[in-house]
Amino acid sequence: MYAFNYHRPNSLDAAAQALAANEDAKLLAGGQTMLPTMKQRLAMPSDLIDLSGIAELRGVCEDGDAVVVGAMTTHAEVAANEIVRSKIPALAKLADGIGDPQVRNRGTLGGSIANADPAADYPAAVVGLGATVKTNKREIAADDFFVGLFETALEPGELVVSVRFPVPEAAAYAKFDHPASRYAIVGVMVARTGGGVRVGITGAAPSAFRQTEMEQALAGNFAPDALDGISVSADGLNGDIHASAEYRAHLVGVMAKRAVIAARG
Amino acid sequence: MLTVTMTVNGQKVAKDVDPRTLLVQFLREQLNLTGTHVGCDTSQCGACVVLVDGKSMKACTMLAAQADGCEVTTIEGLAKNGELHPMQAAFKEHHGLQCGFCTPGMIISAVDLLQQNPDPSEHEIREWLEGNICRCTGYHNIVKAIQHAAQDMRS
Repeated sequence: MYAFNYHRPNSLDAAAQALAANEDAKLLAGGQTMLPTMKQRLAMPSDLIDLSGIAELRGVCEDGDAVVVGAMTTHAEVAANEIVRSKIPALAKLADGIGDPQVRNRGTLGGSIANADPAADYPAAVVGLGATVKTNKREIAADDFFVGLFETALEPGELVVSVRFPVPEAAAYAKFDHPASRYAIVGVMVARTGGGVRVGITGAAPSAFRQTEMEQALAGNFAPDALDGISVSADGLNGDIHASAEYRAHLVGVMAKRAVIAARG
Repeated sequence: MLTVTMTVNGQKVAKDVDPRTLLVQFLREQLNLTGTHVGCDTSQCGACVVLVDGKSMKACTMLAAQADGCEVTTIEGLAKNGELHPMQAAFKEHHGLQCGFCTPGMIISAVDLLQQNPDPSEHEIREWLEGNICRCTGYHNIVKAIQHAAQDMRS
């Protein structure tokens, strides 16, 4: 790891200032991706701004018909939280399936979505549940947040404060996970809401996306059969030693059906 | 350099560290607590697992600075008054080890499991050990040891 200056501000303003003051500064959330990346010398921030000292970034609360999760809330905290478990059990289950128990004790929601790993689980929840990402500057709709491979709509100096997940009528997440890392080869979040059905997919493409053809089919008939006959194109999907683009396209259909079956209960 | 202060195995310590010092380096090299092992050094094997404020975490994927103000328990902190912790005793009794390299992380991780779930099923134990790798593949006895420790600790 290259040398860096370490900061642990105790307010959002102080964190934003520290970020703005150093062009090559990076934010440190749970560090479960950041630190391994730095250890491999793939990143060399001049300054690391540890967000763990900012109390307002952590915790879960109910806000009307939504559940708001602070950016620094760990996966283990989301998985165990009573509000999440009762209002959006699919989100608790997703959080409980990330990595392993030790990673879940440190990794955070904000860190996961700001990193935007194409195989991360949380992006499927943000897109599939139609969440809103609150930053220190504005609110960003899920559909606008994930822009590309490890790329989000976040601007320099902008940091995630919380994510607001509207409570769905029914939802479930199904993933085909990599057996060693538990990252998603393909993960699908299906949610039925008053406004229709959303299908958020991670792992398959450079960034999380919605499958609108499936959404329309499920809006008419929220059943696994509704997805019969929808073929997912492999064009633009990820292919690597673990799974080809064609196989990932196939998995999108399989995982979507499993999610629908689970969401129907 | 920055000064970090934490309580390690019940003892308060304060040391100056380079900001890039990992918690596992701090424990091993500055406190000479070499029971916490560095296995893969890439956040996967769990040989370096310690308890930070009671929760199991990978000490190779955490800065010493991030543990500032925390309570840390390593494998050296489990035995009390010369008596092995029931989890250590169970690993010994049921031979939950082959080469022993992964054992400190396995034991600490298992202690955290029983804090949350005092009566785990075999399946729950195996699921929990997702982040602890035994390259001797000695999992059967590790699981057996944890089952017996759970029994001992409940009675």
